[in-house]
Amino acid sequence: MKILVPVKRVVDYNVKVRVKADGTGVDIANVKMSMNPFDEIAVEEAVRLKEKGAATEVIAVSCGVAQCQETLRTAMAIGADRAIHVETDVELQPLAVAKLLAALVAKEQPGLVILGKQAIDDDANQTGQMLAALTQLPQATFASKVEVAGNNAEVTREIDGGLETLSVTLPAIVTTDLRLNEPRYVTLPNIMKAKKKPLENVKPEDLGVDVTPRLKTLKVAEPAGRKAGIKVPDVATLVDKLKNEAKVL
Amino acid sequence: MTTLVIAEHDHASLKGATLNTVTAATQLGAEVHVLVAGHNAGAAAQAAAQIAGVAKVLHADGESLAHGLAENVAAQVLAIAGQYSHILFPATASGKNVAPRVAAQLDVAQISDITKVVSADTFERPIYAGNAIATVQSADPVKVITVRSTGFDAAALGGSAAIETQAAAADSGKSSFVKSEIAKSERPELTAAKIIVSGGRALGSAEKFNEVMTPLADKLGAAIGASRAAVDAGYAPNDLQVGQTGKIVAPQLYIAAGISGAIQHLAGMKDSKVIVAINKDPEAPIFSVADYSLEADLFTAVPELVKAL
Repeated sequence: MKILVPVKRVVDYNVKVRVKADGTGVDIANVKMSMNPFDEIAVEEAVRLKEKGAATEVIAVSCGVAQCQETLRTAMAIGADRAIHVETDVELQPLAVAKLLAALVAKEQPGLVILGKQAIDDDANQTGQMLAALTQLPQATFASKVEVAGNNAEVTREIDGGLETLSVTLPAIVTTDLRLNEPRYVTLPNIMKAKKKPLENVKPEDLGVDVTPRLKTLKVAEPAGRKAGIKVPDVATLVDKLKNEAKVL
Repeated sequence: MTTLVIAEHDHASLKGATLNTVTAATQLGAEVHVLVAGHNAGAAAQAAAQIAGVAKVLHADGESLAHGLAENVAAQVLAIAGQYSHILFPATASGKNVAPRVAAQLDVAQISDITKVVSADTFERPIYAGNAIATVQSADPVKVITVRSTGFDAAALGGSAAIETQAAAADSGKSSFVKSEIAKSERPELTAAKIIVSGGRALGSAEKFNEVMTPLADKLGAAIGASRAAVDAGYAPNDLQVGQTGKIVAPQLYIAAGISGAIQHLAGMKDSKVIVAINKDPEAPIFSVADYSLEADLFTAVPELVKAL
């Protein structure tokens, strides 16, 4: 079976973003961009399933501006076989991405789609579930273990309070949680090889999808800052402050 | 215009997050209904009827709903979605699992993790791990929303809503429940606790984590939390993780011991009322959000703190 892995280009997780002074968004003009960390885990899992013989081909997909191709090259350096870039300059929201992916699922007929559970920029945690709804496929979100056996996948999910195991029929949509695996480092030879792998470019119109944003962002603001705290010299002072000043004990 | 809240419950009782979600729902200014979907969940439906501000409880009971599978719960919600202008879920693991599925089938955008209701179509939500707050407006006919429980107070009890029974949705046949492993805990639930003591990688091992953090939690009647570093190193089970990718908490008092304060951790706890940081590194970023900073070795400071309390 084929595995489709959507990946997103986001501000690197180590960057502390700054809100623009005019409140229109965050300043991402000159900051480092990387593959969304949950998506790296998704690519790694797909490649591992291929190495185990459970999959025959891994296809990476990214939707957005031209630079998303760098993210796709990274996915191919990890081990994806080929890539599809859905190119648009329009701001893409989860519903639009889910529709684009649903069109690609219809075209490529993968046995499994593995996505990250959320992107660290919009923190939406929606695309995988929406894709499952649009394709009418079962979903297993927040996966920490995936085992493919025949026409089923057994997926262990991270839920509030512990773990839960589900069995889903294939094809299915899986979203990754942090503990699913540890993504491998990409090596220089693999980066070179990735440059030769095929990368197909399509437009939302080719897929017949309207990507107009549904939600309007009215403003983006800095979160309320905290009042500067104080240093306490010892435990006794700390206990005294908590009891008599903050009154939380 | 009516608002529907999807209750989070364990069949016997409601989860706390449902109460916070009802508060967000009442701020929309319309009548509030609550859907309790489950199997043998009559007690949870009774509890929902007692929430102040709830006009009606819809109770759907069937085996297909026993394990909260997204496919079946979404079908249950979609069966009645046409009557509502707003559908609210708590932003918990199960709410996040189902809400986008409902939104996509209604062909509307979903609004995740709202922390404030500005008006019936405008909401505030954190983005970039809480480093920015976006105000978003939805033009969709139905607003499907998940509510961050720490952004809203819990609704009071004392109501007496009517309970209406509903036919349960058919099983999708595409997914099935195999098993669950719920971590047993005598402590208050992390997201609802008034006091949280949280440990980081500096604790060094699972044994040390328990040895140092448990007496402090016992003394304070607190929940225990952990940083992602401590969880990844295996010092604490992952359902204790506080942060962008774990639980978002906002207790009265948050004590961070041996936690440096990475962005991902701060996103999960920086709305706490009072933050105490114990760390021996004077440069640790946690000190920039702490109300009280103690620069000390946690292995001496924490036991000393237990003794002083």
